[in-house]
Amino acid sequence: MMERPIEARLFAIQRVTALVLAPLVLVHLGLILWAVEGGLTAAEILGRTRGSLVWTAFYGVFVFAAATHGAIGLRNILVEWARMARPAAAKISLGVASILLVLGLRAVWAVFA
Amino acid sequence: MRARRGIGFWAAILHRLSGLALVLFLPMHFLLLATALRGEAALDGWLRLADMPLVKVAEWGLVVLLSLHLLLGLRLLILEFLPWSGLRHGWIWGGVAASLALGAVFIGQVA
Repeated sequence: MMERPIEARLFAIQRVTALVLAPLVLVHLGLILWAVEGGLTAAEILGRTRGSLVWTAFYGVFVFAAATHGAIGLRNILVEWARMARPAAAKISLGVASILLVLGLRAVWAVFA
Repeated sequence: MRARRGIGFWAAILHRLSGLALVLFLPMHFLLLATALRGEAALDGWLRLADMPLVKVAEWGLVVLLSLHLLLGLRLLILEFLPWSGLRHGWIWGGVAASLALGAVFIGQVA
């Protein structure tokens, strides 16, 4: 499988995005456990994110890395488990990456602006 | 060649399924947050869904799955990139235990 250059590249991107995501997920989990006490409110969330360049950068990078990582993972599942042909799996995962990226960045913008 | 269905096999299945669940969840997560575009009250309206016990259970599941995906993924990165020997099966059990502990903290916070 690894003799295909595209496979080697996707393998590498999946690891790089994993390394980027690991600390972000750790912070995200910590924030969830801390913020969820007593229930989430919009005021609480927006109070943190509105106008905050730090959180916007944090979640912006998070969305980029997660969209890429999730799409490559989905492609692997489609090829290896669903036995889908590679070009079809590539089309679907590119579509999923685009949807995650657009919806994700829209969400980041929604809680920043 | 057939993989022996040991703990490493199940860790790989769990890693993959947790990743798939997270990808399927993300669009809903993003759409909910984007309701803030229509104002704070709109977002609050959707956040009230989280008061439903079934939604709390789903959130608990997502927290545990995110933690599991992270810790099982870190094990893979260690196996692939660090010169340590062994298959780090302890990481799998540690990851499961840590994720369940995290889930317990989550329940304590929302209960």
